[in-house]
Amino acid sequence: MIRLNRSRIVILTLVVVTILLGWFGRDLGKTLDARWLTKFPSAWVIPFKSYISSAMTWLIEDAALGPVSFTDVTRAIAWLIEQPYNLVLTLLADGFVRGQGNEAQVILPAISWIVVIAAVIALGQYCRDWALAALVGACFIYLAVFGQWDSAMVTLASVLIAVPIGAGGGLMTGIIAYRHPTFERIISPILDLMQTIPIFAYLVPILFMFGFGPISALVATMIYATPPMVRITTLALKAVDPEILDFGRMAGTTQRQLMWRVLVPSASHSLMVGVNQVIMLTLNMVIIASMIGAGGLGFDVLAALRRLDIGAGFEAGIAIVVLAIAIDRLSQSFAERMGQVHHEIPGTWITRHRRTVLVLVLLVLTWVLGQFSPLLLEYPENQTITTGAFWDDTVKYLNVNYFDTFEAIKVFFLTWFMIPIKTVLLGIPWPWAIAMLTLLGWHAGGWRLALLCGGMASLILVSGLWSKAMVTVYLCGASVILATLIGVPLGVLAALNKRAGAVINLLIDTLQTLPSFVYLIPVVMLFRVGDFTALIAIVLYALAPAVRYAAHGVRSVSGELIEAGLVSGCTPTQLLRHIRLPMALPEILLGINQTIMLALSMLVITALVGTRDLGQEVYIALTKADTGRGLVAGLSIAFIAIIADRLINAGARQARIRFGLEN
Amino acid sequence: MTPKTKLSCRNVWKLYGPKAESLLRQNPNPSADDIRKAGVIGAVRSANIDIAEGEIFIIMGLSGSGKSTLVRCLSRLIEPTAGEVLFDDADLLSTSEKELIEIRRHKMGMVFQHFALLPHLTVLQNVMFPLTIQATPKPEAKAKARDVVELVGLKGREDNYPRELSGGQQQRVGIARSLVTEPDLWFLDEPFSALDPLIRREMQDEFLRLQERLHKTIVFITHDFEEAVRLADRIAIMKDGEIIQIATPEELVMHPATDYVAEFTRHIPRSKVLTVGGVMTPGVKGEGEPIPQSTRVSDVAERIIAADAPIPVSDGNGQIVGGIDRKAVAHVLFGAGDAA
Ligand SMILES: Nc1ncnc2c1ncn2[C@@H]1O[C@H](COP(=O)(O)OP(=O)(O)O)[C@@H](O)[C@H]1O
Ligand SMILES: [Mg+2]
Repeated sequence: MIRLNRSRIVILTLVVVTILLGWFGRDLGKTLDARWLTKFPSAWVIPFKSYISSAMTWLIEDAALGPVSFTDVTRAIAWLIEQPYNLVLTLLADGFVRGQGNEAQVILPAISWIVVIAAVIALGQYCRDWALAALVGACFIYLAVFGQWDSAMVTLASVLIAVPIGAGGGLMTGIIAYRHPTFERIISPILDLMQTIPIFAYLVPILFMFGFGPISALVATMIYATPPMVRITTLALKAVDPEILDFGRMAGTTQRQLMWRVLVPSASHSLMVGVNQVIMLTLNMVIIASMIGAGGLGFDVLAALRRLDIGAGFEAGIAIVVLAIAIDRLSQSFAERMGQVHHEIPGTWITRHRRTVLVLVLLVLTWVLGQFSPLLLEYPENQTITTGAFWDDTVKYLNVNYFDTFEAIKVFFLTWFMIPIKTVLLGIPWPWAIAMLTLLGWHAGGWRLALLCGGMASLILVSGLWSKAMVTVYLCGASVILATLIGVPLGVLAALNKRAGAVINLLIDTLQTLPSFVYLIPVVMLFRVGDFTALIAIVLYALAPAVRYAAHGVRSVSGELIEAGLVSGCTPTQLLRHIRLPMALPEILLGINQTIMLALSMLVITALVGTRDLGQEVYIALTKADTGRGLVAGLSIAFIAIIADRLINAGARQARIRFGLEN
Repeated sequence: MTPKTKLSCRNVWKLYGPKAESLLRQNPNPSADDIRKAGVIGAVRSANIDIAEGEIFIIMGLSGSGKSTLVRCLSRLIEPTAGEVLFDDADLLSTSEKELIEIRRHKMGMVFQHFALLPHLTVLQNVMFPLTIQATPKPEAKAKARDVVELVGLKGREDNYPRELSGGQQQRVGIARSLVTEPDLWFLDEPFSALDPLIRREMQDEFLRLQERLHKTIVFITHDFEEAVRLADRIAIMKDGEIIQIATPEELVMHPATDYVAEFTRHIPRSKVLTVGGVMTPGVKGEGEPIPQSTRVSDVAERIIAADAPIPVSDGNGQIVGGIDRKAVAHVLFGAGDAA
C-alpha cells in the first residue's frame, strides 16, 4: 500500500531521526559535553520580560501626553465603567444603602427575586413563546432555590454591563473598519492575535493598570469578548446587498443616515449573531475574571477549586451553566424575533406594553409590601436546597471503592503515553527542532511559512522559555492526539448513524456549554493534581470540534461520489476507507486545528492543577502581577498556536487541492 | 420643436483594474485589444447618449454587457473613469457631495432588479423612507406615501412587511418608493427581470399606464429585447461595454447596424414592432375610421386584412397622412424580410 518514493523515504527518515534524537538527546548532550543542546543557556536569553515590565512601569508612572498622564486615562475609563456597573449592582444585588457597616440603613432594597423571575419570564414570552418563558423562568428559579441567587445577581450585573459596552464598542470599531479599509488592515492582525493569546496573558497588564477589582474584571471581559463583534460587524456590513447600498445613496442619504438607517438595520440579523457571541464569551470569562477581582459565581467556583471543595464548586459551576443557558436562549430568540414580522398591536401605551407594566407594578408592590414580609424581597435561606453534600459523597464513594482502578488507569497512561512523549520532546536538541519546524513550514507553505515557523520558534527560544514551551507542546499534543482518537471516530459514527448522531450531539453540546473550569473539579477529585488530570480536562474541553468537523466532513462528501463507489461494488467499509474518509480529510484537519486552539486556551486553566508549562508561567505572573513575565509567556503560547494553525491550514489546503476541491 | 435634453453623457468610460486610469491617460481612446492587454475590464467604453425629456430610453444588452455600470455612471453611483455626464445641462460629475445629495433627494428616483426594500420597515415606511431622511413632516410624508401606494395598486397592504408580499407586489413597493419624491428622472435597472413572465407582462402594462400619467424621463435597463420593444421610445444596444446602436425599435428592426443587432431582432414578430406609420403608403387616401400612425401593426392587422380598401392613417394631429392596405400588412406578417 505505502508507495516508497523518494520524498516519502526522506520524510520517514527525518521523523525517525527526530524521535531517536529526542529519546537520546540528553545523553548525547552529556557525552558530547554540550548540555546547551537540550538546555538553552540562560546567559543567551534576551530579557524581554524585564523590558516589558519596565515599559509597563514607565507607562503607569511617567507616561503622559501633555498634562494628561496615562493613569488619568485609565482612571477615567474605570470611572466611566464604574458608574453604570454600580447602579446595576445596586439594583440587582446590594440595594441602596446609606451609611456604613452597622449603621447602614437600607433606603431601597435590591430588586426582589420575584420581580427578576417575572421579568425574565415576560422577556421569554415576548421573545418567543411560553415554552421559552418556562425555560428561563425555571433557570432563574433554580438559582434561587439552590441558594445561588446573590452570586448569580452579581454575575448578571457584570454581564449586563460588559455585553452592551462590548457589543457597542465592537459595533463602532467594526463600522470604522468598514468605512476605512486602511484601519481594517491595521486591526485585522491585531484581532487575530487577540484571539490566539490566552486571556490570562492580558489579565496581567490589565491588573497592573486598573488594580484588583470588578472593574479590571469587566475590562478584561470586554477585551476578550469584543473582537468577534468587530469581525462580524465588518462582515455583516459588507454582506449587505449592494442594491440596498445603491438605494440608500440614490435616496440621498448622508453618510450617517446611510449607516444607521440603511446598512445597520439591514444587517441587524447578522449583527445579533455577533451580540450573542459577545454574551457567550462574556459568560466564558466569568470564572477567569474572578481571578482579577470579579465576584459572583465565578469567584465561588474559583474559591471552591482552591479549597478543593468539590460540592460547592460544582454547585456554583452548574449555576453558571444555568445562567448561561437562560441568557443564551433569550438572546438567540431575541435575534430570531428581530428577523420576523411583527405587527403593532393597536391601543394605548399600556395595552401595547402589558408585560412591562405588569413587571413594574410587581416591582413597586414588592418594594412596598416587602417592608412587612422579607420573603417578598429575598428568597428565604432556610428554604434553599444544597447538593454540595451529594457531590462530595459521590466522589468519596468513587474514591473509596475504585481508587485502585483510577490509579491503574493513570499510571498506565503516564507510563505508556505521556512520559514517552514528554521525554522525546524535551530531549530534541533545539537547533534540530527549529530546523525541522522551518523545513516543515517550507514543505507545507513555501518560504513565508518557513520564515514564520522558524522565527517564532526562535523567539520562544531566546526568551528562555524553550523547555516550558516543550512541556506545553507535550501536554497539548498528547491531549490533541487523544481527543482526535476519540473525537474523529465519534464524528464519523455521528455522521453515518442517525441515532448515534443524536446522542453524540447532545453530549458535545453539553460539554461545550460547561465553563472550562467545571471540568477540572471532578477530575481533580478522582485523579488529584498532575499532568494526567490536566490531560483529561483538556481532552474533555477540546473534544467538540474534532467530533463536529469530522461529522460535517463525512456528511458533506458528495452523493455522486458515494453512488460511484456503490456502483463499483464497494462494501460499506471500503466506502468509508476509500471515499468518505479521504474526502473528509481536509475538514477533519480543520477540526483538529480547532481542537489544538481550544487545548491551548485550556492550558492556562490547568495550571491550577499543577502543570509546569507556559500556562503555569502565566498563572504565576498573574499572582505576582508581573506584566513582563505574563506577556512573554502568553505570547509564546500564542506563537505555538499560530505555528500550529498555519501549518495545519496549509496542510488542509494541500489536501483540498489534491482532491480538486480548490485550486 | 424638439424636446429638451434631460440627461446626456459624453465619452464616458468605466474601466476596472489597477491600471485603469493610467491606461486612459496614455491613450484616451483604447481599443478592446488595448484594454485586454492592459489587464483591465472595460465595463463601459466610450458611451455617448442623449436622453430627451419625457422619453423612455431603454438600455438593452446581455448580462455582463455593462448596462448597470453605465446607469450607475449616469446617476454617479459610480465615478466614471473618464467622460462627462450632463444632467439638466449641469455637469453632474463636478457637483459637490452636498449638491449631489440634494439632486438625488428631489430629482432622481431608482428602481432595482431585486427590489432593494428595507426588510425592517413596513410597506408604508419603505415608501416614506426617502421623505423621512429629508426630514419631511410626518403627516405630509405619510399622505404622500399613501398616495403613491395607491397609485401602484397596493392600497390595503401599507402595514405589511416586504417579505409578506409577492415579487410583483414588492416591485410595486420599489416603484412607489422611487416615485414618492416626484423625481424628474427615473432609473429602472432591470425592474421586471426577477419576476415571472405573466407578472412581468402585467407590470409592463402598469408601467406604461404610470408613464402616461407622470411623463417622467426614464432610463430603463433590460436584457429582454421583447420588453425593450414593448416599452421603448428609443433603445441603446450594448455589447461588451460598448453601445452598438441607438435607435427606435422600428429602426432597429428595419436597419440593424450589425449582425449582432439583427440577431436580436430576428426572433421578434415584426408586426409587434413596426407601426402603421412605418409601413403605410404615403399619399394614399383610404376609407373608414383612420388609424393613428403610431399604432403597432399587430394591433390592427385583423381589421386591415378584413377590409377590402386601404384604411387611412392619421398623424398625431388627426391629419390623414397616408393609407394602409392588406398587402402591406401581409408583408409585415409573413414577408421574408431578413428572417432567413
Ligand atoms: N466592481 C467591479 N469590479 C470589476 N469588474 C466589474 C465591477 N462591476 C462590474 N464589473 C464588470 O463589468 C462588466 C459589466 O457589468 P454590469 O454593468 O453589471 O453588467 P450588466 O448590468 O449589463 O449585467 C461585467 O463584466 C462585470 O464583471
Ligand atoms: Mg445589471
